Amino acid sequence: MIPQNFTYQAPKTLEEALALLADGTAKPLAGGMSLIPLMKLRLAAPERIVDLGRIPGLNYIREEDGKIRIGAMTTHYEIETSPLLRARCPLLATTAAHIGDMQVRNVGTIGGSLAHADPAADYPAALLALEAEVRLVRAGGERTLPIRDFFVDVFTTALEPGEIVREVVVPVEAPGTGTSYQKVAHPASGFAVVGIAARVRRGDGKIALARLGVTGLASKPFRADAAEKRLEGTDGAETDLRAAAAAVTEGVEANSDLYASAEYRAHLARVYAVRGLRSALQAA
Amino acid sequence: MATTITKTETFVGKRIRRKEDPRLITGTATYVDDIQMPGMHYAAILRSPHAAARILAIRTDAALRHPGVVAVFTGKDVEGIGPVPCGASLPGLRVPYHSVLARDRVYFVGHPVAVVVARDRYIARDALDWIEVDYEPLPAVADPEKALEPGAPAVHPEWPDNIAFTYHQEAGDVDKAFAEADVVVKQRIVSQRLIPTALETRGVVADWRSGEKSLTIYSSTQIPHLMRTLVAQALGLPENRLRVVAPEVGGGFGSKLNVYAEEILMGFVAMKIGKPIKWIESRRENFLCTIHGRGHVDYFEIAGKRDGTILGLKLKLIQDLGAYHQLLTPAIPTLSVLMMPGIYRFRNIRAEVIGVFTNCVPTDAYRGAGRPEATHGIERMVDMLAAEIGMDPAEIRFKNFVRPDEFPYATPTGLSYDTGNYATALEKAMEVAGYHQLREEQKKARQEGRLFGIGISTYGEICAFGPSPATPAGGWESATVRVEPTGKVTVLTGSSPHGQGQETTFAQLVCDELGVDIDDVVVQHGDTAMVPYGIGTFGSRATAVGGTAVYFALQALKEKIKKFGATLLDSDDVSFSGGVCICNKTGRTVSLAEIAAASYRAAKLPPGTEPGLVSTYFWEPPNFTFPFGAHIVVTEVDRETGAVEIKRYVAVDDCGKVINPLLVEGQVHGGVAQGLGQALYEQAVYDDNGQLVTGELMDYAIPKATMVPRIETDRTETPTPVNPLGIKGVGEAGTIACSPAVVNSVVDALSPLGVRHIDMPLVPEKLWRLIQKGGQA
Amino acid sequence: MTHAITVTINGKPYAHQVEPRLLLIHYLRDVVGLTGPHIGCETSICGACTVMVDGKAVKACTMFAVQADGRQILTIEGLATDGRYDPVQEAFWNEHALQCGFCTPGMILAAKQLLERNPNPTEEEIRHGLEGNLCRCTGYQHIVNAVRAAAARMGG
Ligand SMILES: Cc1cc2nc3c(=O)[nH]c(=O)nc-3n(C[C@H](O)[C@H](O)[C@H](O)COP(=O)(O)OP(=O)(O)OC[C@H]3O[C@@H](n4cnc5c(N)ncnc54)[C@H](O)[C@@H]3O)c2cc1C
Ligand code: FES
Ligand code: FES
Repeated sequence: MIPQNFTYQAPKTLEEALALLADGTAKPLAGGMSLIPLMKLRLAAPERIVDLGRIPGLNYIREEDGKIRIGAMTTHYEIETSPLLRARCPLLATTAAHIGDMQVRNVGTIGGSLAHADPAADYPAALLALEAEVRLVRAGGERTLPIRDFFVDVFTTALEPGEIVREVVVPVEAPGTGTSYQKVAHPASGFAVVGIAARVRRGDGKIALARLGVTGLASKPFRADAAEKRLEGTDGAETDLRAAAAAVTEGVEANSDLYASAEYRAHLARVYAVRGLRSALQAA
Repeated sequence: MATTITKTETFVGKRIRRKEDPRLITGTATYVDDIQMPGMHYAAILRSPHAAARILAIRTDAALRHPGVVAVFTGKDVEGIGPVPCGASLPGLRVPYHSVLARDRVYFVGHPVAVVVARDRYIARDALDWIEVDYEPLPAVADPEKALEPGAPAVHPEWPDNIAFTYHQEAGDVDKAFAEADVVVKQRIVSQRLIPTALETRGVVADWRSGEKSLTIYSSTQIPHLMRTLVAQALGLPENRLRVVAPEVGGGFGSKLNVYAEEILMGFVAMKIGKPIKWIESRRENFLCTIHGRGHVDYFEIAGKRDGTILGLKLKLIQDLGAYHQLLTPAIPTLSVLMMPGIYRFRNIRAEVIGVFTNCVPTDAYRGAGRPEATHGIERMVDMLAAEIGMDPAEIRFKNFVRPDEFPYATPTGLSYDTGNYATALEKAMEVAGYHQLREEQKKARQEGRLFGIGISTYGEICAFGPSPATPAGGWESATVRVEPTGKVTVLTGSSPHGQGQETTFAQLVCDELGVDIDDVVVQHGDTAMVPYGIGTFGSRATAVGGTAVYFALQALKEKIKKFGATLLDSDDVSFSGGVCICNKTGRTVSLAEIAAASYRAAKLPPGTEPGLVSTYFWEPPNFTFPFGAHIVVTEVDRETGAVEIKRYVAVDDCGKVINPLLVEGQVHGGVAQGLGQALYEQAVYDDNGQLVTGELMDYAIPKATMVPRIETDRTETPTPVNPLGIKGVGEAGTIACSPAVVNSVVDALSPLGVRHIDMPLVPEKLWRLIQKGGQA
Repeated sequence: MTHAITVTINGKPYAHQVEPRLLLIHYLRDVVGLTGPHIGCETSICGACTVMVDGKAVKACTMFAVQADGRQILTIEGLATDGRYDPVQEAFWNEHALQCGFCTPGMILAAKQLLERNPNPTEEEIRHGLEGNLCRCTGYQHIVNAVRAAAARMGG
């Protein structure tokens, strides 16, 4: 329950924050919903914490040039309820509603969730399906990565020491796109045993675009490319969905824990892939 | 003399909102961690990371060097105190010495090894990391059946077979019954280890006044008086120098019906440092070190006729005791044996109990304590028998119920069931649920390939613990009712409610007997300095036993009130009701407040009467009570994932007379939620090395709001003659009834696939695997 | 090193020097003496510690006191105004939505936030909204009833 002591810094500007983080010895603090529980269990004991919570201008959801830009410090609740996202990129808003609980959504941030890279986190599935981009900044530089290059392994991302997530960029959905996020929540933790984000668009009666983001199943979230390919160009009939879903787990080494063995988890992923695709198609 | 308006409002039987709630909804109640005292210090406990190990060395100097650390105590410092008491006795019971801190060996993960005392809780926690312990890990055994295998690691080296006791009970002619049976059904049934998870963890504050040589212990407990006696003994302190206070208690469910090492330890620490000390259990410690419940492996055999008549039941019960006996550990499975015939008429039973040590935290009383395991067993076996002979599960129950004209009914296990009308309860549940229609729906669902199940459990339970000869520490309860000089009423009860609402129900009793307003009554409990010795709150006893004590105290008080009234009215013919004493000849009246004032003023005492209006009663119940009921659960299992959906939950309970239906419903809902937790979600899992895998609320799933269905409650009311209020008790009914009803329902859903039994918890993967197999078969 | 913080709690200003690691829940309970919010776990699951910070329900066990510097905090102790219970408190009392009461302060504040955002919630929405608050005593049914009753009272 009681964390180890640390030095606390609360910069007022991004520049200041990046300078404080530059040597890579400090941990940024966003909503604290992942970092603080770890510190309380003494599974994490950073010596220095740089609180990003006092920096104005990191919390926004706005549309620019056909894209929606979301500041790293935007909370799950703000994403869940954003009228802009609900109208123009509903998948992300729906997914946010599945995260944790009301209190966690009130303070947890999208930047923190991505940086934390819990293999059972919800956003990654949606962001992969959306082919989002992440803008990263560090003292004296910035870069933008496609989301699929961002996740490296369990709790590991492409972030370099001293670098932070600045912004997440998602597309405005083209008309006719249907999306769905389907989650099997762990009964105790609420995290995803598996989570499937499905995104489909029809063109000329066929499935023109299919995107499937998968979380919870493996050591890192991933896009089920083979499944997407199998689906594109089909009619989206039940058998097509099943064939695509089967591909979701091909070649994947599934996680295993007390609640769900690898075999069962993989099975759930296939079942929920079908359900996700089905409901995305209905919405399309 | 003033004429008074006679109060006629009756309180008993009404849905009255609770008197205890204003402090709770405003956050002003005082739980143990809310107590702050000048000079208070904080303790943290270093615990074993190994399930079995020798302690080779403990180095505390680094911790002691820190200016905020006041003391560190280890096993060698506490040799003069203890042991942690076991209150249960059985013939031949092996009782390991349970020292308050480990000496040269640890026996389970979480075993206390050292206690750090510091000036604040943050430093106390830091200091745990500065203590070094050298362990030599030893082989451990965490599974009770494995512990019985030859060559298994010995939990206590002095008893290599790991058997703490065996216990045999038999009645009728079991062999004959089984020989004459048309069908015999056998099943191994596991009642998994559960973690009680009261939302408030345990905590202790101890305050030593050296000048007075007196110690006060504030503890989150269900049994302040028993704790006082036992902790005084463990500390070698005269009992009258120890005061135990149970402040507001945030749930117990049996887990606080105990005396733990920490209560003794904190008393010891307070006396050593001469300062108040506080220890608050973390949730992880709560999971590791506070008792668990259940932990049975049961081998059942039921014998029956093709017409549905049950002939007999055999049970081999393997009880996982853990590493030690806590207060009642070995007694719990004996309650299972008592309850094993359920509410059915068969006379032939045989039970063989083996109590097994494992390198785990002890099991003990958790909501229902032995009775849920037994009820789960018999209710499952009855369903399996019904399935075997192709009979409807309701029908087989009607056929075998003890009949209304057979009460008091002597059970083959030696109990005397007070009253019951089991068929009526089941009929009512079937009516509420629309049972026959549900069966039609099920037919349709099955044709569509859906897995739709209907499950019944008709349970009985043993409540109102209990007659003293049948309990380890006395089964009576005490009550004092005091009318203060101004006419306000104070009740002191030996019960120790912690959520059950006796401050309200006892006040309701007082209101009706004395004709006072509910706001004029205060019910006090939980402080051994304030209330006479009492037994406490557990085993659904508080209202039925504690309330009856209040009732009898009130009767004696009313006699005294009448004497004073007669003197004041100068009459020899008075009666008392509605808060006034009336002269039956003149019609003149005197109010309770006036009588009270006169009784303390004592200017004119009735002959042979002491001043004041105080009455104390210690009530010894002549028997347990035996509530019962019928729960019906409708489920549907997702064929693709194995997930269970509860579509309906109908609970018909009969707990005798009811003082406050609102509170009874609350008890049923809460009990059902805990039963549902066992049926669907909860399981304390130890790995082969004795590490608790479900060590936090992130892993161990207690039901959340989304995981509990709406419960449709109803009642039948069969009063008990055991007490004059006719109350039976309801604290554990929901828990006992729920798990078999849910499992029966899910087994029913999967029965077209050839499934006969599933062990709890019914987690989706388990069901999915069964469905997979069934599909292939 | 300690940090100076000023916060407004239940309408009253407070100023303290705190260690950075001091959790908001311990600050409220041990330093300020507001023991209404409780501690039921260390994994941010139970919600017993729920308070409002700048109008948002948060788990006070998962926030450092330094993060609350300059903010407005509402604890259960500050919910009743002028000695009158908030409709949610009143409804919890009327509907017997509490037994041991340990979860209650957090549960009431979570329910309050839920109703602020959704004045007329369905049973399902109520249950979903209260997922961050565990209750081991009531089985939640009376809590759901209370939230509905409060919604009706507040004209939702
Ligand atoms: C009870 C509970 C249930 C939860 N359930 C779910 C769930 O179901 N699904 C789910 O997805 N999540 C869940 N979470 C996690 C939650 O979503 C967290 O909010 C999120 O994972 C982390 O975001 P944060 O803002 O709280 O980050 P913090 O906890 O502050 O930080 C997390 C990590 O990211 C780093 N960090 C933070 N911000 C940045 C940044 N901008 N750039 C670089 N590094 C950064 C920190 O240094 C830290 O290492 C749950 C949490 C709790 C407590
Ligand atoms: S104490 Fe459990 S969530 Fe804060
Ligand atoms: S009332 Fe006890 S935990 Fe909710």
